Amino acid sequence: MEDEKQHLLQLESNLKTRALIYKHIRKFFDDRGFLEVETPVRVPVIAPEPYIVPFESEDWILSTSPELHMKRMLAAGYKKIFQFSRCFRKGEQGRLHNPEFTMLEWYCADAGYMVIIQHIEDLVSYLAKELGLRRIKYGNLEFDISNPWSRITVKDAYLKLAGWDPTTQPDPLRFDIDMAEKVIPGLSQDHPIVLLDYPSYAAALARIKPDNPNVAERAEIFFGQLELANVYGELVDADEQKRRFDKAIKQIEKEQGKQMQMPDKFLEAVPFIPECGGVALGIDRLVMLLCNANSIDEVIPFTAENA
Amino acid sequence: MDVAEIHKNTKLLVDGIPCCVDDVDFTKPGKGRAIYRVKLRNLLDGTTTEKTFHSGEKADEAQTTYQQEQYLYKDGDHYIFMNTETFEQLFVSESQIGDKKDFLKEGILVDMLMFGERPIDITLPNFIEFEVLESEVAIKAQTISPQLKAATIETGAVIGVPTFINVGDIIKVDTRTGTYVERINKK
Repeated sequence: MEDEKQHLLQLESNLKTRALIYKHIRKFFDDRGFLEVETPVRVPVIAPEPYIVPFESEDWILSTSPELHMKRMLAAGYKKIFQFSRCFRKGEQGRLHNPEFTMLEWYCADAGYMVIIQHIEDLVSYLAKELGLRRIKYGNLEFDISNPWSRITVKDAYLKLAGWDPTTQPDPLRFDIDMAEKVIPGLSQDHPIVLLDYPSYAAALARIKPDNPNVAERAEIFFGQLELANVYGELVDADEQKRRFDKAIKQIEKEQGKQMQMPDKFLEAVPFIPECGGVALGIDRLVMLLCNANSIDEVIPFTAENA
Repeated sequence: MDVAEIHKNTKLLVDGIPCCVDDVDFTKPGKGRAIYRVKLRNLLDGTTTEKTFHSGEKADEAQTTYQQEQYLYKDGDHYIFMNTETFEQLFVSESQIGDKKDFLKEGILVDMLMFGERPIDITLPNFIEFEVLESEVAIKAQTISPQLKAATIETGAVIGVPTFINVGDIIKVDTRTGTYVERINKK
């Protein structure tokens, strides 16, 4: 009990900053005409993704992401929505991971993924300003966050750091391993990096780029080795979406022996989703960055380890 | 076992050698495969190495068991233990005992980690009481820190104790850190 009290009180300053960050984020989106929404955390079906393992809750599932429900709202006619959502991913525990974490997602109709990237730049700059930070110091790194952040395509990053082009040589296993072992560690440490245009086989729920079928409109934001956000120009082609889900369901069945369900209600909504962009941003990591906290347990009072 | 089940202190069989996982560093790109960088300690010779596993890979668990043993005495280069259930004697070499010999007091019960018939590691009780056999009267030059002076306990190990401890006192020692905890009583 004494240890817990001491631990919780040590976090007080970070938790105050966390609360302030939530307040400023709400103001940021309110000023831009976004509606805050809440979608369920316990759901009947999720998007099947090979390396995201859900927790089961009786015959339902704890949400791994609010994406499908938010897109169903877009299909119904909502244009600008955002949400703070608890997400659950089994086995993800470490300095940058807790199996239960908070995602900030927002979607904007009639906006491409480049517009969403600008939102992120604006949001982080706004938060830093409100918190009185001119640069973001993180560990022994210091990031210049003045806009625009530097953009590098996945193709150029791999050619430079891993010596091959994953957009023309499809190799998902090598792509993942080199991403973690060569590309992310080799990214610039002076300013945030926008890694753009993932290979089409790593598109997830992003649409394929109209002028280059080898790549998808997907981007990731990195501060050093800290992955902050994942941006999509959203896929709105129902047939293509169903093909990708089919492939993921087969892969999960083959590799993990588990039968995932097809998200049918979502697929029915896809033809009505407007052209749009969206992003999932890890709030716990954003708070870590802005508090200069080394580990996720410094910004969450009760992690899976001490809950 | 699936790599996702590897935790600190998991015992793995790597190239036929039992290893203890001292640490796991988990990294994962949001959508990609997880990477587990595992620090391994060879349980036979104590050397450490690193190994990287990816999502979906399998690792072999080393079949190890714990059994309770009582430490009897030292004979030459070997430490003699007795199984508290079967009363069989077990000979453990000095190199396998390592630094733990400092707190190995005759008669204590330990948990012995076995790899098949082979003893590979011992876990001491967290706290053991020892008699102080020698301790200098504290004078400045002999103190090892402002509040501590050196004292020799029954096993021959030297630890730091407060200046009020005298020869013949019984003290409690934390075997994990090798530090003095408290004085139990005077003999």
